[in-house]
Amino acid sequence: MYMKTEKETEPIMAEVNGIERITGAEALLNCLVEEGVDTIFGYPGGAIMPVYDKLMDYEGRLLHILTRHEQGAAHAAQAYAMVTGKPGICFATSGPGATNLVTGIANAFLDSVPVVFITAQVVSSLIGTDAFQETDIIGVSMPVTKWNCQVKKSQDIPEAVAKAFYIAKSGRPGPVLVDITKDAQLEKLQFKYKKCDYIRSYNPHIPLHTKALESAAIMINHAERPLILAGHGILISGAENELKEFVEKTGIPVASTLLGLSGFPSNHRLFTGMLGMHGNYGPNLLTNEADLIIAVGMRFDDRVTGNLKKYATKATIIHIEIDEAEINKNVIVDVEINNDAKEALKYLTALVKPNSFEKWIREFRICDKTEYEKVIKPETKPEEGELRMGEVVSLISELTKGDAIIVTDVGQNQMYAARYYKFKHPNSFVTSGGMGTMGFGLPAGIGAKIGRPDKQVVTFVGDGGFQMTIQELGTILQYKVPVKIVVLNNNYLGMVRQWQDMFFDKNYASTELINPDFVMISKAYGIPSKKVWNREDLKSSIEEMLSSEEAYVLEVAIEKEGNVFPMVEPGASVSDIRLHY
Amino acid sequence: MKQEFTISLFTEDHIGILGQITIILTRRQINIDSFTASESAVKGVYLLTIVVKTTSEMIQKVARQMEKLIDVLKVFVHTSDQIIYQEIALFKVSTSGLMSGNIIDEIVRTYNVRILEVSPEYMVIEKTGHRSEINELLVHLEPYGLLQFAKSGRVAITKQVRELSSYLKEMDEANRFKTEPTMN
Repeated sequence: MYMKTEKETEPIMAEVNGIERITGAEALLNCLVEEGVDTIFGYPGGAIMPVYDKLMDYEGRLLHILTRHEQGAAHAAQAYAMVTGKPGICFATSGPGATNLVTGIANAFLDSVPVVFITAQVVSSLIGTDAFQETDIIGVSMPVTKWNCQVKKSQDIPEAVAKAFYIAKSGRPGPVLVDITKDAQLEKLQFKYKKCDYIRSYNPHIPLHTKALESAAIMINHAERPLILAGHGILISGAENELKEFVEKTGIPVASTLLGLSGFPSNHRLFTGMLGMHGNYGPNLLTNEADLIIAVGMRFDDRVTGNLKKYATKATIIHIEIDEAEINKNVIVDVEINNDAKEALKYLTALVKPNSFEKWIREFRICDKTEYEKVIKPETKPEEGELRMGEVVSLISELTKGDAIIVTDVGQNQMYAARYYKFKHPNSFVTSGGMGTMGFGLPAGIGAKIGRPDKQVVTFVGDGGFQMTIQELGTILQYKVPVKIVVLNNNYLGMVRQWQDMFFDKNYASTELINPDFVMISKAYGIPSKKVWNREDLKSSIEEMLSSEEAYVLEVAIEKEGNVFPMVEPGASVSDIRLHY
Repeated sequence: MKQEFTISLFTEDHIGILGQITIILTRRQINIDSFTASESAVKGVYLLTIVVKTTSEMIQKVARQMEKLIDVLKVFVHTSDQIIYQEIALFKVSTSGLMSGNIIDEIVRTYNVRILEVSPEYMVIEKTGHRSEINELLVHLEPYGLLQFAKSGRVAITKQVRELSSYLKEMDEANRFKTEPTMN
């Protein structure tokens, strides 16, 4: 914290002469330019007005996207970060502006995404007095940020921002928040910027644990039924090639977590699918048959492990993870490798023997076949009945040839998108994993498209989540963001209804939705839109959407009571995965 | 099985660090038995000593979560036999009670206490030691008219040889190595 003594913070008047002094607001924007920022998502308000006032002078260098709600700005900034690899930037004013960010901050925190949140604060003399639009956002955001700080003096802005960027990006990334008082934004300072690359109490560069890696290599060389669990850490550390080389040398099958998707090509012969509650049959079932698990850049979330007492029952576990606090948190492991995934995999690949596990892989193939017959085929190639989510995703996967960036909301639409899109390129899947934040999809789609205008960006939302942040259609209208939105409409909060169906005696309490006409709403925002009811119209409608130069909202009428399978029921073991109701 | 652990946590002078630490304990439903904070032997570095009762498995988890906090330098976890520790207690006892019992001599000799103040109404007695000794004295004084009782948190010195300053040196060296031109 930048609580220097009064004496230290007094400007040294002798140095002022002849040197240009700028306001704290300008200093903040200069810091962003120095950090290579070009896009900001945000929403103005009273306390942050000095910053917005100066923002006009940065036209051409800093693009500000005005969302329709601060939560939307937070999600858009996160998605921008996920597809570009650069930190997302998000502005909000004090009080409600700041508190509206909280869901977005927490979402980025659980999914380890670097977002630098800048909030304004009331003038420093009013802090603590319950002034108009005063919220203790430092206190409120403390449990959901990697780091936060409040700046009350303009000359402390550069150091705070530099520190914020360094912390957000390095180690296990995460959101940071810098709260700047209005008087600090207005006060002048001599601007000097130095990027931060060292904080004594924080060392994200961990030397390789070579001894542990050597033990791991011996275990890998002697394993008979090894399985790799690849998480988001693969994408964060940019270890996609290292993973591929390791996998191809060792011949070990790979399963991915939800957020790890797109870190390894879905069509690779050693890819066995997604782990977890609605993951694929093989990797879940065979987790309990593996004799060695190599978990890389993942944190054994409960949605992945199911019942911990019956998880990986026969396996020795090697855990490569940059965040030491995640090691032995949920699953007690045998070999701890507290390192960056990319460096560790590179080192490990050199130590392991070339191998192949054809017999073991055949077991996955058998599971794949069962899952295909019982679940995938009826879901993606139904010949009769109403439209299903799986066939919509599957068709979009084919028509985009796996080249699109896929963004999802939360719930059934998310699980179908994760299960049936065939990812080819790293960082092409944007979803809310840890938090499961409904309303994430639409603003995240906007952020992803702004981050990667060269890519086709398709956002899947349900009729529930769409309406949680539907106002962001206004952002699409204003900035002409050509993101494609597929509304999978079953007139239900589908995932909650599925649980009511399975675990609450079909007591559909408050899950049915009477919806507005989404096509009319989209058109009111100037966005081309269409609703599909029939299978014969589906393909041409998707093609029309994909070929549109503008944004497009395609609403698909989905069967009302479809359930996502397979499923590891809450409290069940991964090996008790169910293929049907 | 739950047991007593002493967490020695070295931190930079960052406002709010206390909140971040207590959040970690609160989320795991761990009560703080005692808590003290002071500047450490290294200038600008603060030492927090926190005593908690929990399982050895859980203490490792929370210690790692504490060490993960950006402004925390180092966290050490010790069981009571790995540290030298003391607590200090002050007792305000009615003077007439103590005089009538004629026990002042005994208390001073047996419990090794100090008398800090004497007035016609009360005496203030200071006892430094382990909690059990303090509790024993508390029981002993109670019948003589105990007016007030206050006790500090634990202060502890570790028996380990390696000191924080050597960790700090290591961190600074890692930094020098890291900032070679290869870094962006």
